[in-house]
This record gives sequence, C-alpha cells and structure tokens, in this order.
Amino acid sequence: MKNVLEVRNVEKYYGNKSNLTKAIDNISFKVQEGEFVGIMGASGSGKTTLLNCISTIDRVTSGNIIINGTDITKLKGNKLNKFRREELGFIFQDFNLLDTLTAYENIALALTIQRVNPKEIKERIETVAEKLGIKEILKKYPYQVSGGQKQRIASARAIITNPKLVLADEPTGALDSKSARQLLDSFENLNKNLNTTILMVTHDAFTASYADRILFIKDGKIFNELVKGSQSRKEFFEKIIEVVTLLGGELNDVI
Amino acid sequence: MMSFKLAFKNMKKNMKDYVIYFITLVLGVAIFYIFNSMDEQQAALDLSTSKQQIIELMIQVLGMVSVFVTLVLGFLIVYANNFLIKRRKKEFGLYMLLGMGRRNISVILLLETLLIGIFSLAVGLIVGIFASQLMSILVAKLFEADMEEYRFIFSQSAMIKTIIYFAGIYLIVMILNLFTVAKYKLIDLLNAGKKNEKVILRNPVISVIIFIISIAVLGYAYYFAITGVTSPIADKFMTAIGLGVVGTFIFFYSLSGFALKLVQASKKIYLKDLNMFVLRQTNSKINTTVFSMSIICLLLFFTICIFSSAISLNNSLNAQLKEMNPADITITKPYNLPETYTSSNGRDTFNYTDEQRADSLVPIMESLEKVGFDKSNFSDYVEISEYLVNGVTAKETLGPVLEGISRDFPALELDYPENVIKLSDYNKLQKLYGRPEISLKDDEYAVVCNYDAMKSYRDTSLSMGTKLTIEGKEYKPAFSECINTVISISTQAMETGTIILPDKAIKEEWKYNMLLSGIYKGQTDEEKQAIENKIVDISSNGEAVNNVVFENMSAFTKITNYESSVGISATVTFIGLYLGITFLISSAAILALKELSDSSDNKERYKVLRRIGADEKMINKALFKQIAIFFMLPLFLAIIHSIFGMKVASIILSVFGKQDIFSSIIMTAVLMVAIYGGYFLATYYGSKNIIKEEN
Repeated sequence: MKNVLEVRNVEKYYGNKSNLTKAIDNISFKVQEGEFVGIMGASGSGKTTLLNCISTIDRVTSGNIIINGTDITKLKGNKLNKFRREELGFIFQDFNLLDTLTAYENIALALTIQRVNPKEIKERIETVAEKLGIKEILKKYPYQVSGGQKQRIASARAIITNPKLVLADEPTGALDSKSARQLLDSFENLNKNLNTTILMVTHDAFTASYADRILFIKDGKIFNELVKGSQSRKEFFEKIIEVVTLLGGELNDVI
Repeated sequence: MMSFKLAFKNMKKNMKDYVIYFITLVLGVAIFYIFNSMDEQQAALDLSTSKQQIIELMIQVLGMVSVFVTLVLGFLIVYANNFLIKRRKKEFGLYMLLGMGRRNISVILLLETLLIGIFSLAVGLIVGIFASQLMSILVAKLFEADMEEYRFIFSQSAMIKTIIYFAGIYLIVMILNLFTVAKYKLIDLLNAGKKNEKVILRNPVISVIIFIISIAVLGYAYYFAITGVTSPIADKFMTAIGLGVVGTFIFFYSLSGFALKLVQASKKIYLKDLNMFVLRQTNSKINTTVFSMSIICLLLFFTICIFSSAISLNNSLNAQLKEMNPADITITKPYNLPETYTSSNGRDTFNYTDEQRADSLVPIMESLEKVGFDKSNFSDYVEISEYLVNGVTAKETLGPVLEGISRDFPALELDYPENVIKLSDYNKLQKLYGRPEISLKDDEYAVVCNYDAMKSYRDTSLSMGTKLTIEGKEYKPAFSECINTVISISTQAMETGTIILPDKAIKEEWKYNMLLSGIYKGQTDEEKQAIENKIVDISSNGEAVNNVVFENMSAFTKITNYESSVGISATVTFIGLYLGITFLISSAAILALKELSDSSDNKERYKVLRRIGADEKMINKALFKQIAIFFMLPLFLAIIHSIFGMKVASIILSVFGKQDIFSSIIMTAVLMVAIYGGYFLATYYGSKNIIKEEN
C-alpha cells in the first residue's frame, strides 16, 4: 500500500528562547491510502497544531511532512495554495460554510476555485450529494438546514475535488449524537466505498471508534496507538476508553 | 483620567475603521474653510470696485450654500458616527460586565468624539489654510486679476465660522451618542458579535418583474425629462424627478435579484473562480442597503449635474462674451415718453416729469453732449431708432408655431408688438460691429435672434415663409433662418428677436426707442477704462440735469458685461465645486465605511475561502470585484440619470447660450475619478488589510 501521508520527526515550538513551548515534540507516523486514522488527545495536547501543520495552515519548526510524495514543508506561496486545493480536503468543527451561498454553491465553490469546467460541475455535485444523502437540500441555504446536514455539505465540499487526504478537525464537535452518528456513517461509507483517506482529530471516544487506527497524543508526543483490526466497533470503543483512562484525568474531564 | 486613557487607546485601536472617517472629516472641514475664506482672497487681489461688489455677492451666496453644506456634512457625520459605534457594542458590553456604568461609557464616548473632533478640526483647518493658497490662484484667474505679490492668506472669520459650525455638529453627535448608550442592554451588547447577519432574500421571479417595472419607470422619467422640459417649474420636470427617485429606489430594490438570476443563467461566468461568492456577497449587501444605495446614486447624479452644468456654464459664458460685445457701449432710451405709463398688466403706473419727457425727444448723443460727454470720446458710434409696427407681433411673425411657443414661453405676450428696425440702421450698426451687412427687396423682411430656444421657433416660422402685412402690403422672409448677431451688446445671447424691414415700410411716427452703440477712443484697456469712468462720474455727480438724462437712459458696457459675467461664472464655478465636492465625499465616505465594516464582518468568510484553497490573488480579485461593483453601481445609474439630467440642464441653461457639454464632462470625470476613485482605492487597500490572515 502506498503512503499518502508521512510525518517525519516533526517539531513545532512556540514562544522564544526563555519561554519555549513544544507543541509538537518529535512526532512521526504514516497514513496509507484508504486508511481512516483518528488522532486523539486532550485540549492542549498538540493535536490541532499537528493537524494545522499537515493541512499547511501552520509551518513546522523542524521535520518533514510528505503528502503523496511531496514534501509540503518545502512548498511556499502559490504552490502551497495550489497543493492545498488540489490534494487536501477540509472538514471543520464549525462547518465553515459560506452563509450567503446555497448548499449547491458551497460545494461548487471548491470546484470553481480549481477552475473545473463548468459543464462538469453539476454532475459531480449530484453524484457526491447522493452519496452523502443531501440531494434534497442542495438548493437550501446553510441557515435553513440542521447541523448534521451542514457538516455533510461541508464533507461534500471536502471530497468533491477527489483529494488525496481529507482532514477532519473535530467534525462531530458541534453535532448532537444522532447527527454525529449519521455523519460518521457517511465517513465510513466514503472511506470504504470511495477509498477516501481520512485523518480525523477528535477527543470524543465514540467518534474515534469509527477509525481504523487511532494515535493518542499527549504533551506533543505520540503516547499510544490502537488498531481496530477485526474488532467490532463496540470492542474498539472499549479499548479506546481504556487508553483514555490511562491517559489521565484531563481527557476524561473532556468526555 | 482612566476614561481619557481608554478613549485615546480606543481611537488608536480602531484606527482601521476610523481612518476613512477621519479623512472625510478633515476634508469636510478643509472644504468648509476654503469656501468661507473668500473674503480674504478678495482682499489679496487687485480688483475694481465692480468686481469687488460681485465677489461680495458671491460670498453671500456661498454663505447660504454653506448652511446647506453643513446640513449634508452633519448628516454624514451623524450617520458615520452611529455606524462606527454600532460596531463596538461588544467592547461596551465588556466594559459594563467589568462594572463600568453607563455614565462612564458615555464619558468615554464623549471624550472620543471630542478628541476626534478637535483633532479633525485642527488638521482640517491646517489643510484648508494651505489649500486656500492654491484657491487664491484660481480666484485670481477667474476674476482675471493680478496678484500684486504673493501673500499668505489666512481668514480668521472663516476659521471661527468653521470651528463654530463643526463644534455644533460634534455637539449633536455627542448628544445622540448619550441617547444611544442609554438604550443599551448588557445582554444585547454581549451578543452583538454573535448575531447572524440577516440574509435578506427576495424571490427571484418577483425581483425580475420589479426590475422590469423599475426600468419602465426610469424610461418614462427620462422620456418626460427630454420631451418639453424648458423651465425648472414645469410640471413635467417635477414629474420626471419624482419618477426618477421612485425608479432609482425600486431599481436597487430589485437589481441584485435580477442580476443574480441573469448571471446564474450563464454557467460559464457564474461557475468561474470566485464569481459565485462575489455575486452572492454583493447580492446580500445590496439587499441590505437599498436605501443608502438609492440616496448615494441620487447624490452622485446631482453632483454630476452640478459639476458639469457649472463648468459648461462657465465655458459658454466666457466663449460668448467676445461675440456678444462687438462695441464698448450700448445706450438705449425710450422715445417720446407719455405723461403716465401703465404697465401691461395694469399693476404699475409711472409718471414722467416734463423734463424727462422733453429729454426723451432728444437723440442720445445730443443728451450726452449736453451733460458734458463729448462725441470725441468715441472713435466711432452709431445711433439708430427702434419701432413698434402694427401688424408685427409675435402672433404674426410666429404664426405657424404659436402652439409650441406659448407652451415653452408661457410669459410671452403674443399681442405685444415686436421690436422693429430699419434696414439702413441695421447695416450701419453691423458695420460698426464689423459684421456683414444685408440687403432686402422691397417686400422682404429679416429677423435677428440669437437666443437658442426662441431661434428654433423663429427659424421654423421663417422657413415656412410666414408673411407679414403692414398697411396692406405683404412682406415675405428674405432668409429661411434668423441672423445670428447682436443689436445691443450683452453678457449672453439673449436677443429674442428684432425684425428688420426695408426703410420704406416704416413711418417715423412708430418710433418708440433709440439706441446708440459706440466704440471708445483708445487702444489700451486703461484708456478705455478712463472713458468709461468719465460716464460713470457724470452719471453719479448728482446734478439735476444729469439725473434727468441718465434716468431716461439705460446702458450696457463691455467692461461691466465682462465683469458681471466673470462674476456669474466664478460664483457658479464655486458653488458647483463646493456642493459637488461635498456631495461626492459624503457619498463616497458612506460607501467606504460600509464596505470596510463589511470586510471586517466577513473576515471569517475569507478565511474559509483560503482554507478550501483559494489563493491570495483570487481572493484579492474577488474583493476588488465586490468593492468595484458596490462603488460602481450607484455611479453607473447616476451617469445614466445624468445623460438625461444634463439634457434638461442644458435646455434650462440655454439662456446662457450653447453649452459646451463635452469639455465639461471631461472636467467632471476628472474630478469624479480623483475623489471617488481615491475613496475606492482607499477602501480596497483598507479591506485587503482587514481580511489579511494574521499569522
């Protein structure tokens, strides 16, 4: 299997010499094509910083991040933008939909930015919308639909460009449990049927249980790794809870 | 002290929002000062008494305009201030949460307004004082005066006036702020940032229908404006304005819905780059600002009309002066005055003394010599007679076009006899003026007219061969057009019609008026001015015999014509500039403030765009398009309005002769681009700065 993402000895420091904070302290891992990887950790553990570095929004202090064969730590300016829009898809906790645009237009925007031929756009959107069960609400504005639907619109926007890697930052953070479950089902569907590679940051054990593999981060370091393998989701969930307990009170508090 | 510190820090912190507001205030103050410092400008110039009188009149007019300008600026400042305060609700909420009372917040706001007020007044005055130095060059040029030597001009009265007027405006702002703060509720203040921006959506189909209606209304208004509007009082003129205002409003009400529908129809445009985003942004923005967009559009429309009318009036006045003044002086005097005279409407009665009646029989030159103004003052002169002839009234001369003419000139008395002169007199006069003479057959007549609106009717009538009958003999037109020249010198082309008849057709007993045109002896302006002064001195030295003579006469001189014309054009130019610039900065400032605050509200949206991979170039392009659309829409409609508005304006202004529209449009465009474009660029760069990702 091909490596879609390789994080190699990444470090990220904040502050200055006298007061240095290591947000990420020498982290390395790989994600293979078609994998659904979860990253868990308490607030302040460095998981969001890691995601920001991978998503090219933030820069690493040292180390390399290789996505689909390209070392993104070496990219700059417009090349970086180009890379971001062509190779990556984003799903955010607070959806980040544009409220003046309809669902259809929000999804289409990801394509028009890539200057996709307008004739193709309609068909592609309809295909994706069907898979995510949002075909009925394409004409609606974000404020007219539920949180779960919003996140599915955002997911459609993230995957419509066929990115090599979809990065999801607490995608269920703003959803009720029913919507969260629906969303995660569609993630699973995307992952299994479209072979979409997903890297998801969360602190919610249930959300994490949908992943194939989970990396636990504490104080900027990888603390543990769990692989689902052939376990059922329930068994995997219990395993996760065990690790979370082991990680200490912080994360428990959050759950 | 704490409050002062907070107020000062707030100002610094909010500089991004405030900078355009501040610049606008400074401009407002500076312009106000400049146009009120005319008294000192005048004092710095070497001007004749008559020019000084004209400037004094101009200063009075500008003073009145200043009141209006103050109102406009006042509204602008109140609006802008309100707008800026609204944006700081959250900050005030935080103060209140920390235990600060309303009173303290009011004090902070008061101090802020005071600081901005004092600061903008000071900077504005400094800018104004320096800019008024440039202004004095313009004044000198307009009045064709020499600046004896360069002198720094500072008008204390203008400064005091500026301070008082603007202090008044700021005081009102402060009081309004107190009311605003008193109304605040803590919970609303804290939630202010969270509230979702209202997305106003209009049904696209209805939008399209309303848009078509708005176009129809505007079209109707334009139609009204260009058909038959001749004076500003005409009903049609008011109807056109009313329809135009309504049309503008519903145009902006429905425009965005319509435009969206239109662009969406073209997938190629709609689904290109960030066009979708731009269009939706603009759509929601226009929908929430229909009222201000309409007002701004109308303000711009007035600005364009005022600017270009002022400039074209100025140009045409100057161009005409030379043509209208081929001699140095024209004196007219009624012949054979009756004992009493009742005006045609029967309201006024004049009694003439025996001395006046006796003098009215004496030719003009003779009267002048009687009071000591010698023939030798003229290098050449011509004295002619004017007649009233039975059978030569507007009814007859304008027979075929009576309907149109009485609609356009309701005040014209059709039964009143027209002014008639003899062919030989006409030729003598034109020879003096250095213009071609004419010849007429015994049964022909000709017409002199240079007043455009009237000339077209007369030309039609002449070309139709309208015949005149005098004492049983018929006369037909010698030419199919009026002769475009002057009888009496004047400031403008206002010869509405004089009929020339062969000498044989006229009897001396019809004589009612005498006219003398002369050229002063002398080569230089000084020599001519000396002769002019002689007449002025004689007319005003108070001797009884002189009074009689001069009461009977009325005179135009080239020198006064030039001076009064300069006065008119200078006054018009200054009023045009004053009002135009005020309107322009007001509307541009409102647009700029709105756009800048939108940019900071929409920061999140741009962040989203960046996250989904739009690069800076794309985003900046989208931002530019948005701001351009927002700035250009009202301007675009205003320009279309102006095309028709100027048409009306040029008809109304045709009193002052042919309007040179083209060069005035260029001048207007330059001013518009400089001011409006400046605000546009400032807004774009400001917005770009605001949406920039902070890393």
